[in-house]
Amino acid sequence: MKKKPNQIIGVLIAWLLIYAFFAINKPQTFLSISNVELLLRQSTMIGIGAVGMTYVIVAGGIDLSAGSVIALSSVVGGLVFNRTQSPWAAVFACALTGVLCGTLNGVLTSKLKAGPFIVTLGSMLAIRGIAKGLADEKTVSTGGEGWLFEFISKTKSWFVFPIGTWMWIFFLGLMAWAMIYTNFGRNVVAVGSNESAAKLCGIAVDRVKTGAYAVAGFFFGLAGLMSLSRTSLGDPTSANGDELRIIAAVVIGGASLSGGEGSVIGAAIGALIMATISMGGTQMGVANWKQEIFTGIIILAAVAIDRWRISRRQTN
Amino acid sequence: MLRVEGLSKAFGTTRAVDQVSFEAKPGRVLALIGENGSGKSTLMRLLAGETQPDSCQTGINPQDVHLVHQELLLCPHLTVAENLYLGSSTGIKFSPRRLEARAQAILIDLGFPEVDVRQQTSDLPISQRQVIEIARALTKNRPIILLDEPTSSLTEADKSKFYGLVRKLTAADKTVIFISHFLEEVRAVSDDCVILRDGQVVASGPLEDFSDQEIVRHMVGREVTDLFPRSDREPGEVVLKVENLTGEADKPKNVSFELRAGEVLGLAGLNGAGKTELLRTVFGLRRTVSGSNGGRGQWRDSVGFISEDRKLDGITLPLSIAENTTMPTRRGLINSPKKVSQTGSNWIDKVGISAQSPDQPVGSLSGGNQQKVAFARLLHSECKLFILDEPTRGVDVGSKAEIYRLIDEAAKNGAAVLLASSYLPELLGVCDRIGVMNRGRLVGIFDAKSTTSEELVAECVR
Repeated sequence: MKKKPNQIIGVLIAWLLIYAFFAINKPQTFLSISNVELLLRQSTMIGIGAVGMTYVIVAGGIDLSAGSVIALSSVVGGLVFNRTQSPWAAVFACALTGVLCGTLNGVLTSKLKAGPFIVTLGSMLAIRGIAKGLADEKTVSTGGEGWLFEFISKTKSWFVFPIGTWMWIFFLGLMAWAMIYTNFGRNVVAVGSNESAAKLCGIAVDRVKTGAYAVAGFFFGLAGLMSLSRTSLGDPTSANGDELRIIAAVVIGGASLSGGEGSVIGAAIGALIMATISMGGTQMGVANWKQEIFTGIIILAAVAIDRWRISRRQTN
Repeated sequence: MLRVEGLSKAFGTTRAVDQVSFEAKPGRVLALIGENGSGKSTLMRLLAGETQPDSCQTGINPQDVHLVHQELLLCPHLTVAENLYLGSSTGIKFSPRRLEARAQAILIDLGFPEVDVRQQTSDLPISQRQVIEIARALTKNRPIILLDEPTSSLTEADKSKFYGLVRKLTAADKTVIFISHFLEEVRAVSDDCVILRDGQVVASGPLEDFSDQEIVRHMVGREVTDLFPRSDREPGEVVLKVENLTGEADKPKNVSFELRAGEVLGLAGLNGAGKTELLRTVFGLRRTVSGSNGGRGQWRDSVGFISEDRKLDGITLPLSIAENTTMPTRRGLINSPKKVSQTGSNWIDKVGISAQSPDQPVGSLSGGNQQKVAFARLLHSECKLFILDEPTRGVDVGSKAEIYRLIDEAAKNGAAVLLASSYLPELLGVCDRIGVMNRGRLVGIFDAKSTTSEELVAECVR
């Protein structure tokens, strides 16, 4: 029940160190409030996805279809907007698309018992294909007019940050709370911790897992909405590889891929760490390939620390 | 000649093997006899060099020993021939045809010409896989062969072939050490025996010097201590009515019994007799093939379960005492960590768990205290039927006594208790009636006051 604050604090310190490193090298730009705004805005899409992915990973699963779901949601959102001209309908369509894809993933992993890696690998390809089919293998262009396209806009902000970033912060708080203060959240932890024991205790394991995938789908749908909003395009080829960035954020945030452990807040900081590296690297003129190597090392370090903690706990 | 003197091995405070000495002669079969947990399997692993002894080297080169494990260790995706020669092929060139020819020759020689050596091992029935496991002992060409319950998955027909196989081994002047729970099997193949109890050798010698009664007496030979509190309990209404229950793989097979409120019904039987499977089928964790458990559900129907394997599904080690205790009773949307902790600390006091805080992970507790958490879960769910599978396994003596007290209290308060155990003194001390399971069937139910260990063991090994 007790949170492991030291774990989140560890990730936070890591982020602050990386941030400080760039701040020392680029003090004039990196310490400004507009830079912080830029950083959060750039992390919003991955960050929203990571909120959902945390639930799946804590439940002992993984969702490789995240990027495809983001793309499909942006396409569906764009098509619905073009037909109805209603931003509300587009928002609803994005979220619903995500929830449906997530539920499908959950039902398939529970019924096929084939392991979530392979099941969501399949749905990753299938959903990407559906997105391309719906969009007729083109991008769905919208007019780009109205509040639908201001979620992560550079100019339209509301108390420093754009509304999409505020949504991220809101859901971050809500889902971090829900992990501890709802029975669904505790069941997700229980199933990821020891599925057989949860089953023995009468927890409906399949339903809990499906729920976790559906929650994740909802957030991938929202991430798709952000993508649509930012580019004003429903792009079936967008977010390619974003599933791995999202998983990386969750893992850097202290989640264990064997389930039972992970933190929504940690995952958000994980997303910030990755954005900080790419932003700071770009501002310092560090080549992209060096940034990638560094991000990779950060992920390996996070996993190594996780392993080390587990082995230390076992010897105690 | 294999000679062992003063061999010991302890796990924590348990002396699994304690000052064991014996001899085994080439060309003869030595049977290791003892109850579950008497140290037979540990002794086998020590002889095979898989575990290091605390004192006294065995004086045996592990390279000379081939151990056939109780659980099958075959690579399911390889062919029979490849499995037979796994690890024995040297050099770079791999010639399937030569391997297959040699493997087929061995199997024909052993009397199993029907096994196709080119078949993938996973396609074989279990009994034939066991044959391959044993045949592997021959391909290794090692002088000492240890067989740890090799017959547990063999059919009757294959067993007689197995006896022939063992005779071929001795004819080739191998030293064979054999573990079986079934006295008839021991008699069929063994020349000498060593009887173990609580890790010590209590008798040894040529098998014909011992009658079945003597062997059983040596195996059991313990006094029931006053670990077991027993209040006056009045059996009430029937809580569980199991009728002709048959589960997956014929475990259990056609089992019927009744259990009343305030009654403790024990289940005795060897490992693999189907005790665990019966309990899991009654609780609904295994599929019922036919018959019924009287329509009892799980926790929501006031039925609670303690698993024999704490780590596997008994308890969730990384989660807290409080959460483990309240897991089956979660209802509604909102979870209140404060209330859960409060519940946890109540049960810590009531059940006597030694812990610093209800938010402590269960994994940080001792085995006995972990088991008390599992027990608290049943009490918190206000169960009317307790299904307990080896509730004192891996539990220290002090906690055992407390668990017996909890069982007695639960029964006194009107719960019906179904208790499976491989530890007979415990069953005799705690239960009102004791059922014996043998090869999936419930072969008899005895009154705990009038039965004896000897009678029960005789039923178990019959």
